[in-house]
Amino acid sequence: MMDPSQPLITVQDLSVGLDASRLPIIADIALSVAPGETVGLVGESGSGKSTIALAMMGYLGQGLVGLDGAARFDGHDMLRLPRTQLQALRGGKIALVPQNAGQSLSPGLRVGAQMDEALALHSGLPRKDWQARKLALLAQVRLPEPTAILRRYPHQLSGGQQQRVAIAMALAGDPRVLILDEPTTGLDVTTQAHILDLLDGLRRVHGLAMIFVSHDMGVIARMCSRVIVLYAGRIAEDGPVAEVLSRPAHPYTRALLAAIPRLSEASVPVALEGRPPTPAEASQGCLFAPRCRHATQACDAGRPALVAHAGRQVACIRVGEIGAEVAARPANLGRSALLKPAEVLAVTGLAVRYDRPGFLSVFRTNRPATVADVSFTIGRGETLAVVGESGSGKSTILKAIAGLVPPAEGTLRLGGSEILAAHARNRSLDLRRRVQMVFQNPDASLNPRQTVREILSQPLRLYEGLGGTALEARVRELVDEVRLGPGCLAKLPRQMSGGEKQRIGIARAFAARPDLILCDEITSALDVSVQAAVLRLLGEMQARSGTALLFVSHDLAVVRAISDRVLVLYQGRLCEAGNVARVFGPSKHPYSRILLDAVLEPVPDHAPALLADDVTESAPPARGCAFQRRCAVKIADRCEGLSPPRREAAEDHAIWCHHSSEVLDTLGSCAPPSCGTDGSLPRND
Amino acid sequence: MMLSRTLERTGQVGNGLQVLRRIAARPSGLVGLILLAAHLALALAGGLIAPIDPSIQDSDAILTGASWVHWLGTDDLGRDILSRTILGGRPALIVTVLGTALAVAIGGTLGIFLGYVGGRIDAVAMRFVDAFLAIPWLLILLVVVAILGNSSLVMIVTLGCLYSVAIIRVMRGATLDVVAQDYITAAHIRAERLPTILSREILPNVLDVALVEGAMRWSWMILTFSGLSFLGFGVAPPTPDWGLMVADSRNYLQITLWPVLPPMIALSSLILGLNLTADALAKALGVDRSQR
Repeated sequence: MMDPSQPLITVQDLSVGLDASRLPIIADIALSVAPGETVGLVGESGSGKSTIALAMMGYLGQGLVGLDGAARFDGHDMLRLPRTQLQALRGGKIALVPQNAGQSLSPGLRVGAQMDEALALHSGLPRKDWQARKLALLAQVRLPEPTAILRRYPHQLSGGQQQRVAIAMALAGDPRVLILDEPTTGLDVTTQAHILDLLDGLRRVHGLAMIFVSHDMGVIARMCSRVIVLYAGRIAEDGPVAEVLSRPAHPYTRALLAAIPRLSEASVPVALEGRPPTPAEASQGCLFAPRCRHATQACDAGRPALVAHAGRQVACIRVGEIGAEVAARPANLGRSALLKPAEVLAVTGLAVRYDRPGFLSVFRTNRPATVADVSFTIGRGETLAVVGESGSGKSTILKAIAGLVPPAEGTLRLGGSEILAAHARNRSLDLRRRVQMVFQNPDASLNPRQTVREILSQPLRLYEGLGGTALEARVRELVDEVRLGPGCLAKLPRQMSGGEKQRIGIARAFAARPDLILCDEITSALDVSVQAAVLRLLGEMQARSGTALLFVSHDLAVVRAISDRVLVLYQGRLCEAGNVARVFGPSKHPYSRILLDAVLEPVPDHAPALLADDVTESAPPARGCAFQRRCAVKIADRCEGLSPPRREAAEDHAIWCHHSSEVLDTLGSCAPPSCGTDGSLPRND
Repeated sequence: MMLSRTLERTGQVGNGLQVLRRIAARPSGLVGLILLAAHLALALAGGLIAPIDPSIQDSDAILTGASWVHWLGTDDLGRDILSRTILGGRPALIVTVLGTALAVAIGGTLGIFLGYVGGRIDAVAMRFVDAFLAIPWLLILLVVVAILGNSSLVMIVTLGCLYSVAIIRVMRGATLDVVAQDYITAAHIRAERLPTILSREILPNVLDVALVEGAMRWSWMILTFSGLSFLGFGVAPPTPDWGLMVADSRNYLQITLWPVLPPMIALSSLILGLNLTADALAKALGVDRSQR
């Protein structure tokens, strides 16, 4: 053991670049991590945060070389260490928890066999002790029934359980440093809260140093004592989390924080326009200058060095001069919430079943429907958000409206009179024009072999019969509306950035002049700075056209920022619906409370309240309330036997719960005594 | 895996010159291209190059080895082997180029259609394809040629139809990958007509697979055609053809190898050139053939 006052990891002037061109991806990175310290690395995608973290383990990605400097762990120069020594350290004393545990676990090996590999390499234990060690590790990551988990294959575990197994494997060699590469990205907000709680516990108990790579300021705020903000492979700001997040000094940090939607604010955040330079575009001066509101000519003169300022280090030559003001957030683009606009879509009693009738269906027990008894309306110019965890049926509802999945029951009425046929192919061209969709991942929703011009021409040709110069004029108008120049028309999707691609996806939907646009997690694949710009654009186009938006999202802060009304869905059943301010207000369904309490805000010392066990349910219960198995305030007989009644808590605010809204009001947001910490409850599924 | 494959397969089919350049960038691809180009040139301009009329029978020189007059010797009827070899690839190339084009057109259209439509139509059609692939093709070919004769048109249509069955499979598989993408869902929701979806949304994304598949099938078809000629069902006798030349001279193998070796080498080098080119094409376009 070494002196605890000595840093465990020191990175000195590290530069890593492309092997071919020797252009640096990260440059002049200097940082140190003390034992037990948690350091966050944040930045947009491409900022080099993962490259730095992996270099600390002595790993450079393919095509990358170390240009200068060193990354030392416990005195070892990791980038120059012989392979055998490196192997002994990696995964042992310094371990990685990968981003997507589901993909990093081998699909063909049982969990137990995978853990054997980690133990064989790093534990030094004799084989007979492995089983006990594995059980201990799984217990440490609070997985219930560890013996059963060891026998399962990765695909039989939920996302949260897979992540726990990955953490258990990282702990196999008794590491002193854990490197966590986006450890909760892609997990539900409730699962994320539980995983972070677990990691926080491990840090406190074992004194592990942790390096968090994340694009999510909320995760950093929750977990880290120190944060390093990266921009284009350089450190922009480095200091204590409490200081940096509450009083950001670097203009980039400020812009990044301003771009994050907050649960507490019903306004679209300020967008950070532009994009970071690629290694080839890097100028001689401050790399952020082209996007900086405070840039002067002096900023282009040379790279700013890190200077001490107000308890942290900042790479900005004007740090003392620019005030502490943060760009004001414009108010919600919102419309008067209680106005009753003309009805665009009315959904009544929607139910969707995925199992198909087959010759074996007689043997099948009557499984509850994936989505059942969902009713709502959307008015002209209104934004209705649908929220819930993955598997809650959000996307299924969109698909049913789009005519991709036929509903088992219920009607879809467009514009007050026209009934939408179950299958899209049975709908008239005009009805199909009036419902458009924007997809989650623009890489998948834009044809990679079509230019932007072709992509945008299709709806115009199809619905308006445009051609020739009229078509070209309208296409140009559309790209202009989404703030892209006509230069993009000849581009293929892969020649554009993620935000630009999503703008094209939005332009394509608006091209049809629809009444309703279905938005399926449209910003979840984007950086937060880009997300703000896309949300703003969407709001503007909606205000101009009066189009209604049905906005599916798992990000409650985004929902708070842009929607008028919201539906909370659990296992395909409505829990709560109504005006967004009321649903997010004090009176809520127990499930809404769990969801909202689990949201991480980019505010230091904000720890989410963990109400229920993070059970992942695969199917709703056969009878009673869908949420009964996770509910902390379940009334035994009633909730298990009867579907909850719809209660009108206020105007435009309904809650489906056996408790009256007065009772729900009194529950507050602290955990009732009946509910223990995560994992301590027996599992019901 | 889906994503990674889509990202890798960004090779633009559009610019033919670029694709050729990328094929030639690999040594094996360059060799293949040179062999292929040489054979195409011979087939096109063979009449100008061949030193002696291939059907003239020199009764003074029967089954001679190489000589100053007949560089590669003569066959049992005293015809010049060199000239016959130079011109002997032409029937095979003409029939198989058109046959492959037909096979790719039919197989591609049906494959894309079945992959997109899916459901019961696809399930039933694919069982027929499976059943058909289980029948030895040579048998079908022989029966058709025996009934309809061995004109070039019959050969082209028969070979094209037979080979299209295998191409249906591959193109359907490639289409299934594409159909799962959101842009197809988007086109579907938008109410694009079926021909538009097939030709504009799907075809550009599977064209690379079609090209590679066509190149591979072409070499197989040449072998099949030469086999038919060897069996006497291909080209009518006076026309020079490699398969026929080998068949005609095999009785004299104990006397001399000269009439058999040149057509065999010519055929082998054409097939080798085609296969090397097809492999390099697959790599240049990023199409992984091992998965199909």
